[in-house]
Amino acid sequence: MIKREWIHAWLLLLPALVLLFGFTHIPAVQTFIDSFWSTPRGRRPSTFVGWDNYARMTADPVFLRVMTNNLIYAAITIPASIAISLWMALFVHRRIMGLGFLRMAYFTPTVLPLIAVANIWLFFYLPGFGLFDQIRGLFGLRPVNWIGQPSTALYSITAVTVWNQAGFFMIFFLAALQTIPENLREAAALEGTSRWTFFWRVTWPLIMPTTLFVSVNATINAFRMVDHVFVMTQGGPNNASALLLYYIYDQGFRFWDTAYAATLTVVMVVILAIIGIGQFFLLDRRVHYR
Amino acid sequence: MTRFLKSSILGAATLALSMSSALAVDLEFYFPVAVGGEAAATIQALTDAYVAENPDVNINAIYTGSYADTTTRAITAARGGNAPHLAILLSVDMFTMIDEDIVEAWDDYLSEDEIENWIGGFYPAFMKNSQTEGKTWGIPFQRSTPVIYWNKEAFEAAGLDPETPPTTWDEMVEMGQQLTIRDDAGNVTQWGVRIPSSGFPSWLFTGLVAANGQDGLANDAGTEVYFDTPEVVEALEYLVSLSTEHEIMAPGILDWGATPRAFMDGESAIAWTTTGNLTNIRNNAPFEFGVGMLPAKVRPGAPSGGGNFYLFSGHSEEEVLAAIDFVKWATAPEQAAEWSIATGYVAPREDTWETDAMREYAQEVPGALVARDQLEYAVAELATFEGPRVTQILNDNIAAAVVGDKSPAEALADAQREADAILAPYRQ
Repeated sequence: MIKREWIHAWLLLLPALVLLFGFTHIPAVQTFIDSFWSTPRGRRPSTFVGWDNYARMTADPVFLRVMTNNLIYAAITIPASIAISLWMALFVHRRIMGLGFLRMAYFTPTVLPLIAVANIWLFFYLPGFGLFDQIRGLFGLRPVNWIGQPSTALYSITAVTVWNQAGFFMIFFLAALQTIPENLREAAALEGTSRWTFFWRVTWPLIMPTTLFVSVNATINAFRMVDHVFVMTQGGPNNASALLLYYIYDQGFRFWDTAYAATLTVVMVVILAIIGIGQFFLLDRRVHYR
Repeated sequence: MTRFLKSSILGAATLALSMSSALAVDLEFYFPVAVGGEAAATIQALTDAYVAENPDVNINAIYTGSYADTTTRAITAARGGNAPHLAILLSVDMFTMIDEDIVEAWDDYLSEDEIENWIGGFYPAFMKNSQTEGKTWGIPFQRSTPVIYWNKEAFEAAGLDPETPPTTWDEMVEMGQQLTIRDDAGNVTQWGVRIPSSGFPSWLFTGLVAANGQDGLANDAGTEVYFDTPEVVEALEYLVSLSTEHEIMAPGILDWGATPRAFMDGESAIAWTTTGNLTNIRNNAPFEFGVGMLPAKVRPGAPSGGGNFYLFSGHSEEEVLAAIDFVKWATAPEQAAEWSIATGYVAPREDTWETDAMREYAQEVPGALVARDQLEYAVAELATFEGPRVTQILNDNIAAAVVGDKSPAEALADAQREADAILAPYRQ
């Protein structure tokens, strides 16, 4: 009797399982295996090389640079996106003139594909005749080659990411703010609580689940959003703005060094797994769910 | 249920019958578009015209994005056992394609007469990146070479002869100094020259190397590179000096894609870019401009560039011959002229320039002839095994020198050492 129900259960699960294994689990396992083999070329088949690819990676100066860049990129985009999106959400959570328009304006960058955004910002950043330099010109400041010099290239693409994703996170914060009961605000007003204390003691703890969700997403995006690098800098100058996923694409699909790309991918998956687990298990204790 | 099955079997049978009666050869053809404008529409029009003339052949021309995207798709498709019959890929991808073992040499399918008259009819400059190991792997089609564009109005305003472009490195510096205009606060409102350095600076840089007397940056077998010779170091020192010592070019990395815009907006009076931008600039520049050869140092010189037809492995002889017939037709004078005029790409054969259409075009747009005449001095573009990786090493080091992270000599010594390490396995 048991068998029949089990068969039904498995049949119902089958479509989802096939997709999950076909596009997620099997490729992940295959990538892990590939990272221990050399890259096959038409004339030279693949051979088992053990930890060679990993040894090469730790000795690769470009990899170290790319990791450093990605850490800086994450360290800026995650807190900046959260802070700006929360600020925007608090701002449009009131009754003010042109509320609908404001909310739409904040959300618009998210609707645009990152490639299109990058092409627009490319022209903002152009030295001499781009938007930023024209504004600087009004104050008599010298033109800056924003994406063409190593000292500013990474920060220029970081700004685009924050601009692009903050509006998206704002939507979540706005939804969270609207679930806070109005009577809490009234009670706080009766007690004569300042707005800052109210935010810090009431709002912030209550939206903590949303903040956790947003921070997980921002972390994933810090490793995932690299489209604009292709358009704006191609990782240059001299890898100053290259990020890990961009480097993996270069190795895998421009240089066709699939084994090395697999090795780098394993590193990225491990990093994301550690961060993801850490966020859920450590922060979860401090998050107040109702 | 049975009724549904019956009708679908019947439908499939009818379909199979109707297909077999046509007996057409189906060809798949990947093409990239690297310049704006009419390129995609022109390729579609060309294949349609061929299919109309040859009803037994059906060509499916697939637009596959940029050159890099097209290479990625072609290699992925070939690895999956589903290769196209033809693709237009960068001529410098030749060694990658051979290394992947997914392309066929054209000579194996051609008669002696065809090798002599058809292959032999292309400009030798374009065959440099198309032949190795004694065989022909690419047929030149979408080919270009870098030239300088100069703004005649800016020349006149600076007191220079608007009809005379710089022809040597020293002249470019002198004229550049006159053309660089600063406002009262000392900010530059017009730069003398713009040599873009984003993405693939090695291509324009090869023009400086050739002018300084070295025939390209690699050997014909694709196994050796010559990055650290005195000629190359001097070429990089010159490039860097334009923005540091002479201050006639904007500092930092200059974007390749924004270069036509920068030239047409008057940001730079002289711009180095591909002939592929000729049609775009001709249609949109609000001032008179000239097109000239790259300036010389010890001799004039420029790299060739652009894309070739590649013939992919894994197809029947009948299909391969049909594909070759299409390529022969597409490179024949009439079609090549139409293609060249629509895009600005350099017609790769002498006989194309003798057609009426091409003569008329050359009359109307004298700049078009500059590219052809420059071919006499053209050297091969950097092409080696592991080509994209080796080129990236050079690009990174050129960028490092341009932004001042390394001295030109250091950068090129690093590039040579890293490239040698990659190419070592190919030298056995």
